[in-house]
Amino acid sequence: MSIRVGKAAQAPPFPAVAKQLVHNSQIRHNVRHATDVIRNKRARVVDEMPDWQQLRDAGHRIKEHTLHHLDRYLLQFEESCTRAGGKVHWAADADEANRIVVGILQANGEHDVIKVKTMTSDEIQLNSALEAAGITPYETDLADLIVQLGEDQPSHIVVPALHRNRMEIRELFLRKMGLETLGEKAEDLAAAARAYLREKFLRVRAAISGANFLIAETGSVCVVESEGNGRMCLSLPQTLITVAGIEKVIPTFQDLEVFLQLLPRSATGERMNPYNSIWTGVTPGDGPQEFHVILIDNGRTSVLADEESRETLDCIRCGACLNVCPVYRQTGGHAYGSIYAGPIGAIVTPQLLGMEHSQSLPYASSLCGACYEVCPVKINIPEVLIHLRNKVVQNGDAPLEERIAMKIAALAMGNSSRLGAAHKLVRIGQRLFENDGQLTGLPGMMANWTATRDLSALPPESFREWWSKRTTGRSS
Amino acid sequence: MVEQADHREIILSVAREQVLSRIRQAIPPTAASSVKAGHAAIPREYQRAGTLGESARLTLFEDRLRDYGAGVYRCAESAIAATVALAMKARGKSELIVPPAVPQAWLPAEARFLPSNALSYADLDQTQGVLTNCVGAVAISGTILLQHTADNGRRAITLIPDYHLCIVFADQVRETLAEGLEALPKSLSVPITTISGPSATSDIEMTRVKGVHGPRVLDVILAARNP
Ligand code: SF4
Repeated sequence: MSIRVGKAAQAPPFPAVAKQLVHNSQIRHNVRHATDVIRNKRARVVDEMPDWQQLRDAGHRIKEHTLHHLDRYLLQFEESCTRAGGKVHWAADADEANRIVVGILQANGEHDVIKVKTMTSDEIQLNSALEAAGITPYETDLADLIVQLGEDQPSHIVVPALHRNRMEIRELFLRKMGLETLGEKAEDLAAAARAYLREKFLRVRAAISGANFLIAETGSVCVVESEGNGRMCLSLPQTLITVAGIEKVIPTFQDLEVFLQLLPRSATGERMNPYNSIWTGVTPGDGPQEFHVILIDNGRTSVLADEESRETLDCIRCGACLNVCPVYRQTGGHAYGSIYAGPIGAIVTPQLLGMEHSQSLPYASSLCGACYEVCPVKINIPEVLIHLRNKVVQNGDAPLEERIAMKIAALAMGNSSRLGAAHKLVRIGQRLFENDGQLTGLPGMMANWTATRDLSALPPESFREWWSKRTTGRSS
Repeated sequence: MVEQADHREIILSVAREQVLSRIRQAIPPTAASSVKAGHAAIPREYQRAGTLGESARLTLFEDRLRDYGAGVYRCAESAIAATVALAMKARGKSELIVPPAVPQAWLPAEARFLPSNALSYADLDQTQGVLTNCVGAVAISGTILLQHTADNGRRAITLIPDYHLCIVFADQVRETLAEGLEALPKSLSVPITTISGPSATSDIEMTRVKGVHGPRVLDVILAARNP
């Protein structure tokens, strides 16, 4: 098996990269600014929906139901898509998927291919496979284009170039597009991308897309986008290849009404994104006359097998959990070493790759719960994180001190009198390290914590102690 | 590739068996009847049906469109041609392309209209814009629904030109997305495109900026049917 999540298997552990990145003030500033903008927009369009919680419930339940019957829904999709003239392929891992894509393009004698944003293709490193076969992939999504031209890595699942600001993008375009002049407004940059890609849209005969939703009932595919580059790729070329994880299937066309409300409001804070394309197989006289879908496992079935973290596969890749995450907002996406960054990245990457990789990722979170609160399909990310931390510890992959600490914590927290005793012990011990009410320079594994942040010392009296005094002091 | 496209058979492979068997190992398969019942039991307590009267619904639709930066005209069906002329003049257009079933009665005599049928992509790129109808609309999100029908045309004609003038009849506007999708013609296999404002991007500093690859200018004529 060659399961791959971009280059995550080779990436250095989260703490090492994060430490460097928090000192890069330009990236931090860019990430802060962009996530602030999107958080406010999202809040405004979510607050105006009186039925938001009911939509989330429905989204959650549809996904849960689908995963429970995944084999049936995939077979139903395969049947309806095939009936409509599409060709459905299956791939157990990244290499297999790449081989199928390259094979189709080579059989048609294609040397160029246009691409509309697909996380899945980044996951399987499709571009490298294409280049190795002498086929040039052109990214057409503005942010992907910025990443591709800048030979950079994506840092956000919805806006891969979120770590770049307007002026940096302008400089890149001037240099890489061979332009003599270029305005400074965002509109000018969008116009430059339009001019740069138009010739390719009109000329290139093959395209690769991802899928936001595969509809089992009708065999249709739905792609959600803004710029129109998606529509160009989906409707102008002669050959279209869609790569999609097996978890992208939903049961019925009607189910779209739930996700097409949840996704745009969560992802870009819009009531609706400018364009959605929904197509079914091949339509004579309109769009590609050769259409392939590749259903990719690449580690997903092992996530499915773990009941406690299965809900990871519910994700509709809206990015809302990244935008609210205090850790992501400090480090940006590159620290996660994976194309999947932020809270969802912290649970997806180690599970797809296997827990022996990326085992620091489940710790890249303060468990504050903000991700769960915004997730449009109600994935309980903190709970999955704790489950994965347990797995890391049980596998014996965690450092010894941490394994001992986890055991002690489990013992102490499992019983309130023991917890009280532990608090007292800590209060005595912490006098050694206390500095203005902050703990600094803790020994052993705790050093990792205090090296990057200050930890408040425990107050002289715990809440439990205060509460019990308060209630026993009263007569009720 | 024609005979291949008509060869509609499932492609069997080792990977297919592998993936399916891993899924079944992870979750034991259940009876078909329980799948249907399970899907039917999913609670849908969100608001599927609209509550607004016609005039409030149309005002909401117009508001949402304007919020995206689209132009909006309101007129009676009998005044469509005059309003088309007005919109074209305001955008400095003298010639638009039209799909085959757009009625002659919508086309003002003072402008030129070319059939969109035979145009290549390069031709479409040279046109000033396109005039079409739609198959439906959704007020709450300012969304227009297009399908490959005789008066909406194939997808390329509303994509490559830089200007799209779309006629939406008041009785095509539903309040909620659920109602809008439900009202689509039953042949869902014909490609569907939803349009909410002119093409835009949020990729630069997360701010919605108008105008990337799709039409950079969208005007909507919201017409009340003749009684
Ligand atoms: S986990 Fe939830 S919030 Fe995060 S990207 Fe996925 S769907 Fe969005």
